[in-house]
Amino acid sequence: MPDASYPDDLRYHEEHDWARIEGDVATFGITWYAQDSLGEVVFYDPPELGAALSKGTSYAEVESVKAVSDVIAPLSGEIVEVNSELEQNPERINEDPYGAGWLVKVKLSDPAELEGLLSADDYRKLLENE
Amino acid sequence: MSNGGLRRTPLYELHAERGAKLVPFAGWEMPVSYEGIREEHSAVRTHAGMFDVSHMGQVEVEGPGALGFLQLVLSNDVGKVAIGGAQYSCLCNEGGGVIDDLFAYRLGGDRYLIVTNAANHETDLAWLGRWSRDHDVAVRDVADRYAMVAVQGPHARAVLSGALGIELPARFHVSHPRIGGRPALVCGTGYTGEDGVEILLDPEIVPAIWAELLDAGVVPCGLGARDTLRLEVCYPLHGNELTPERNPIEADLGWCCAEATGFLGSAAIARARAEGTVERLAPFLIEGAGIARQGNEVFVAEEQVGEVTSGTFAPSLEQGAGMAYVRAELAEPGTELEADVRGKRRPLRVASKPLYRRS
Repeated sequence: MPDASYPDDLRYHEEHDWARIEGDVATFGITWYAQDSLGEVVFYDPPELGAALSKGTSYAEVESVKAVSDVIAPLSGEIVEVNSELEQNPERINEDPYGAGWLVKVKLSDPAELEGLLSADDYRKLLENE
Repeated sequence: MSNGGLRRTPLYELHAERGAKLVPFAGWEMPVSYEGIREEHSAVRTHAGMFDVSHMGQVEVEGPGALGFLQLVLSNDVGKVAIGGAQYSCLCNEGGGVIDDLFAYRLGGDRYLIVTNAANHETDLAWLGRWSRDHDVAVRDVADRYAMVAVQGPHARAVLSGALGIELPARFHVSHPRIGGRPALVCGTGYTGEDGVEILLDPEIVPAIWAELLDAGVVPCGLGARDTLRLEVCYPLHGNELTPERNPIEADLGWCCAEATGFLGSAAIARARAEGTVERLAPFLIEGAGIARQGNEVFVAEEQVGEVTSGTFAPSLEQGAGMAYVRAELAEPGTELEADVRGKRRPLRVASKPLYRRS
């Protein structure tokens, strides 16, 4: 597994999710901290294409040997792409949480929500208090 | 930093230094994994792994009345255990419910050692103390005298005897070598379905021995792998499959009950054996994605017929697996059931035990 990292170009949700914003589309995933707490991911149950996500609510499940965890949407929108490779290789979520382990791409419905997300620095501070 | 009053084993510093994930377990702060549960699980199935099980308790039972006393409190026929032998038993209440499950080791003519589950140690001691009053026997809590390390896997014996230069006992036997210059007890038992031993040794020397075994290539393993390993071979866990409300017959442990000895609970257990029980413990596999977990309800169509007691991803089988109490007639291998996993139905097939067999 890689070392802990929280890239500066991402925005973070306090439930340990990240978003990479590119125009009106964002890629979502879970943070290094989230995958490390969960341990080796053995199943990923992806959501449906076209599903509507609402900020702060669960849209998928990530399951490890020991536990199952809800994945929380950091922003609202509609799913335009799912990472289908994860069904066969869910361990990518551990190996490369910000790259090959991305979960969904979402067309954002409320850009104003971005204000509520954390910067990498703020997220690191949050983790210090976990 | 406060750790909530949890106890720590003499190996705590070594676990923390190595970056183990530590979790509260039965009042102790214990490593759940080091590198990852799958890796540790695989090390035990293919090579050699070691577990710090110093949280487990030890009780010494000694005196002319030791055998008679143990025949009263333990479910198995302790009279069959030769000096240097080991035997699995349940500690049952008068109703036949399981207070704890444990190994008893016969260290001498009238001297036995019992190894208890950490969560039950105090309860066991109180129970043993209460029933020992009419017997010429001393029951001593000796948990503080021992650290305990389980070394398990197909290469465990070879690596261990090479590293420590000691002779190892046969399966279900004990030996008394000196380790690190101190008297130790080595038991040919374990909780993984692999060959190996459990070593009871002086807490002062256990860090040095642990480090020596690390150097010899034994992989440190946490409670996470301990749980997946035992589940794959269907060893019950007290608190999950075994409780004071369930008897050994429904848990499929009739083989360790010798009702003829008249042990506490034997009448209820004889009745359960003769008449059958309403529910029975059934090992299961899940086909496809999903993992049923402890507490998930089991269904046939819309009718609830049982509940999962343990469930996990089984690394050697690469699928969801576990054990559930279901209505006795549904506990036959091949029966198709469903588990309600967080609102989703997952197909669950009753299998025969063990779920994992060495190929």
